[in-house]
Formats: sequence, structure tokens, C-alpha cells
Amino acid sequence: MGGIVIIGAGECGTRAAFALRKAGISDAITLVGSEPYLPYERPPLSKPVDGAVQLKPICGAQALEASAIDYLQGVSASRLETESRTVTLTDGRVLTYEKLLLAAGARTRRLTCRGAEHALAFRTYADAAAIFSHAEAGKSVAIVGGGLIGMELAAVLRSKRVAVNIIEAAPTPLGRAVPPRFAARLHARHVDEGVQFYLGRGIAEITDDAVYLADSGLVLADLVVAAIGVQPDMALAEAAGLATGNGVLVDHFLRTSNPDIFAAGDCAAISLSCGGHIRFESWRNARSQAETAARNMAGGNDAFVALPWFWSDQYDLGLQVAGLPQPAHQSVVRCLADGELEFYLDGGRLVAAAGLGVGNAIAKDIKLAEMLIAAGVDVDAAALGDPDVNLKTLLKSARAA
Amino acid sequence: MSNLMTWVSACKIDDIEQEGALRFDHAGRTYAIYRGPDDSVYCTAGLCTHEAIHLAEGLVMDFEVECPKHSGAFDYRTGEALRLPACENLRTYPAEVIDGEVRVALG
Ligand SMILES: Cc1cc2nc3c(=O)[nH]c(=O)nc-3n(C[C@H](O)[C@H](O)[C@H](O)COP(=O)(O)OP(=O)(O)OC[C@H]3O[C@@H](n4cnc5c(N)ncnc54)[C@H](O)[C@@H]3O)c2cc1C
Ligand code: FES
Repeated sequence: MGGIVIIGAGECGTRAAFALRKAGISDAITLVGSEPYLPYERPPLSKPVDGAVQLKPICGAQALEASAIDYLQGVSASRLETESRTVTLTDGRVLTYEKLLLAAGARTRRLTCRGAEHALAFRTYADAAAIFSHAEAGKSVAIVGGGLIGMELAAVLRSKRVAVNIIEAAPTPLGRAVPPRFAARLHARHVDEGVQFYLGRGIAEITDDAVYLADSGLVLADLVVAAIGVQPDMALAEAAGLATGNGVLVDHFLRTSNPDIFAAGDCAAISLSCGGHIRFESWRNARSQAETAARNMAGGNDAFVALPWFWSDQYDLGLQVAGLPQPAHQSVVRCLADGELEFYLDGGRLVAAAGLGVGNAIAKDIKLAEMLIAAGVDVDAAALGDPDVNLKTLLKSARAA
Repeated sequence: MSNLMTWVSACKIDDIEQEGALRFDHAGRTYAIYRGPDDSVYCTAGLCTHEAIHLAEGLVMDFEVECPKHSGAFDYRTGEALRLPACENLRTYPAEVIDGEVRVALG
């Protein structure tokens, strides 16, 4: 009896299953996933190659089998009981666990206005397939929410010559996660590409052919997509009495308030040394938290320390952000032939970096900036801003010092 | 499939930064040529095995190239995939330097 049960077969749960084997776990590992496919990657859903929606598996069925991971596809966990250490599944089966990982991810936030049911969500392969099956040239789409997902979708739809309207409650798009400098650049690019923005506007009602704005006016649309963010999926944890907040609360070791239950990825809010909890919604975070949680479930004692990092692709532009840039940071800009970087310093120390450029123009430098941040050294602001100073040289001298 | 290799002249070693990479296109295919920290040269298939992203834009440190897209990594001497999400190895091709000229054996 016993073994390990993982709830949720997204990036985090799937990665954790393999990492558990790597950490030497030989007990049974059961991976429970509510979606009816092999575990797949979400980011490609908003970045279709050659215009087609892709289902890009994280791993093949053979890889799951070779690692003796029992993948229960298209089955949900409906109840968690910590006393009896059991998980009840929607097909009636009951699993017993010795250690459990909650990797249930996040679900899309729903609009609450009248007619909200007309708006499609955008999180799963099924959502993407529904959206793109309607996305023909000449049609018109209204996207509610100008965050990363909404803006990526807009870029893809423009490439298919679909008319795109973005309705955003805030005064600027991308305000939440993207530094203002690059949010403004991306906004301008979308305007150049013909995207129509309705900023600082709320929504009164959605019908089958239009979105009615709160302060009068309407946007005609053949299709409405709600991209107003996600909420951590913590239903099981709440019902089981685990501590929750903006996510399932975990300590530095990704352990929940029950020592045999861990949580990681989009559903987990990890404690900060300065107080409070922080939840990340990014692909790399899902992978790296999965790896740390797996090591700790196998008996390790690793604190989770990875630097936050995400990327976004819009048109031919690639954005990358490492660390958490804050308005209070000193900013240093470096111009490149095909892009621009911005470094963020806190009391002379490099703490974050972001870049926007054509293709992967800024990738190498962001990687080097990540290493400089990890080195925790004071960096000369003038050198950071000078494109003739190779960041690799800065890193080598920082490491030698 | 034939296993005939043809040696092709690709670039000058000075075209590649030390601990750097260069894209090389030949006969409708794309490759990456690397110059190691010790000035040795290597050649691999150009595109990452995770998605079709060119590795010549990736960061080269020691004998490792990191994919610029999702940080998968490869040992460019052997093509071995070192870090996820890259899990399939890269194909490698022989490379040599003669009088400052880099030649690679493709096929
Ligand atoms: C369209 C799109 C584009 C994105 N692009 C990027 C990008 O460019 N860069 C980036 O960094 N991030 C991106 N992200 C975010 C990234 O995909 C997520 O951060 C990542 O998928 C989180 O992984 P996860 O495993 O924690 O959660 P999820 O991917 O949400 O997986 C959780 C899984 O658990 C299942 N589940 C939930 N409850 C249960 C239950 N009770 N029983 C069984 N199964 C359950 C869910 O159905 C789901 O399949 C994107 C997301 C979307 C939707
Ligand atoms: S494309 Fe290279 S790691 Fe994803």
C-alpha cells in the first residue's frame, strides 16, 4: 500500500513524477490527470507553428511506462482525506498514498457580467482548438484582458488576418508582469499591427455578436475570449483542511500544512522569508518547483530558491524577464542591434533583468544576467549599460573576485 | 541514406567568438559551429531538439550550449542533451581547422 500520488498532470505534476524516479523513489507513482490527453505543454497553445494548434506532449507514453509511472488519463481526484491518506477519483477508485503532491495548476478566472457564458476561456488544448476553429481571416474577435495570454493570442490572430479588439480594465496592457518600458513597446507594436484597444474600460454585457462596454459603446465580435487571468486550483486542499490563501500555502520546502502533502507549480503559494506568500504562474517555475518538491518527497531537505523567469513571444518579438523588477529599482538600459535590455539594481546589486528583441536576440544576455544575479555581486552600472562590454567578461571577473 | 561524408569549408575560425557559436547553412540544411574555450571547433545540427530554435543564438559556456528559448542544454562535443526540456541528443558532425579555415564533414 502507499506509494506516491500526484494530482494534476500538467508541466509540474509530470515533471515531478520523473524527478521522483531520478531521486531514487522505487515505490508506485500514480499521476492523476483530468485532461483526456498525454501530458502536454501549455505555452505552444498560444504560439501555434504554421498556424495550427499543436498538442505538444511533455513526454511519450513509452517514457511514462519506462519510468513505471501509472498515468490515469482523463480522471480527476474528487476528494482528499488526510486522516485515512486516501484520494477518491471520479471513476470511483480510491488511492492510498504515503506522500501526495498537489499539482492541480490554475483555472481561468470567469467573467461575471451578463452573458459571460458567451466568452471562451483559454487554458487547455480543448480551449485552443475551439478558439482557432473560429479564427478565419475576415472574422472579428474581442479579447477581454490585455495580459500576456491575451496579447499573445492577439498576435497569432493578426497573423491569420482576424480583426482583433482588446478590452482591458487597466489604463495600459501588460501592466501586471511586464516592466513598463517593454509593455509600452509591445502595446505600440500591436497598434501598428492593427489591434484595436479599449483601455480603462469595463464590460456590461456580452451577447452572441458583441461586447457592450460599461460606459456606453460596443465592440462587434464573432467570438469573445476571456483572458483575465487565472486562479489557483485549491478546491481539494481547502476541502481537506490544508492551509490556503492565494494558493495552497507551502513552506520553503514546498510542504503544505500537512507534512506528507506537498504542492508545487501554479497552484502553490510559497512562503517568503520577509513574510507572506508568493505564487508564480510560469512554465519554468512549474518545472523547477516540481524538481525541488520531488527531491524533498524522496527525503531531501532542499529549499526552493530559483529565480523567477518567463518568456513571451508576440509577432517576431521575444520577451524575457528574470527576477522581479520593481519600480523602486535603479534601471540601466543597454541597446542592442536587434533589441534592448533593462537591468534592475537594488543598492548596487543586480536583482532583475528584462529584454525585448527580434527572435532570440536578447536570450544570451538575459542568461548571463541571471548568472550575475545568482553570483550576488555588485555590478558596475556603466558597464551594464555599455553594449561593448561583454556580460560574459563581467561574469568571469565577478566570479574570479 | 548514404553514409558518404563530404568535407565543406564553412568559415574562418576568427569568424566565431571564442566560447561562441556561428550559424552555417549548407545544401538546404542548417548547422551550428562552435569554438571552444581552447579554440577547438565542433559542429552540430543547428536546431534544438525540443523546438525548431537555432542554437547558434544560444549561450556557449565551456563545452555546453544553452538553447536561447527554454534553456535546454547540450554538450556540443558529443551532442548529448544535458538539461530538460531538451531530451533528444543533437546530431554532431566532424569539424577541423586548417590554416585558420573551419571545415566540417556533412552527410
Ligand atoms: C495559453 C498559455 C500560454 C502560456 N505561455 C507561457 C509562456 O510563454 N511562458 C511561461 O513561462 N508560461 C506560460 N504559460 C503558463 C504555464 O503554462 C503554466 O505556468 C504551467 O502550465 C503551470 O503548470 P502546472 O503543472 O502547475 O499547472 P497546469 O498546467 O494548470 O496543470 C494542472 C493540471 O492538473 C489538472 N487538474 C486540476 N485539478 C485536478 C484534479 N482534481 N484531478 C486531476 N487533475 C487535476 C488540470 O486539468 C491540469 O491539466 C502559458 C499558459 C497558457 C494557458
Ligand atoms: S526550443 Fe530549445 S529548449 Fe525549447
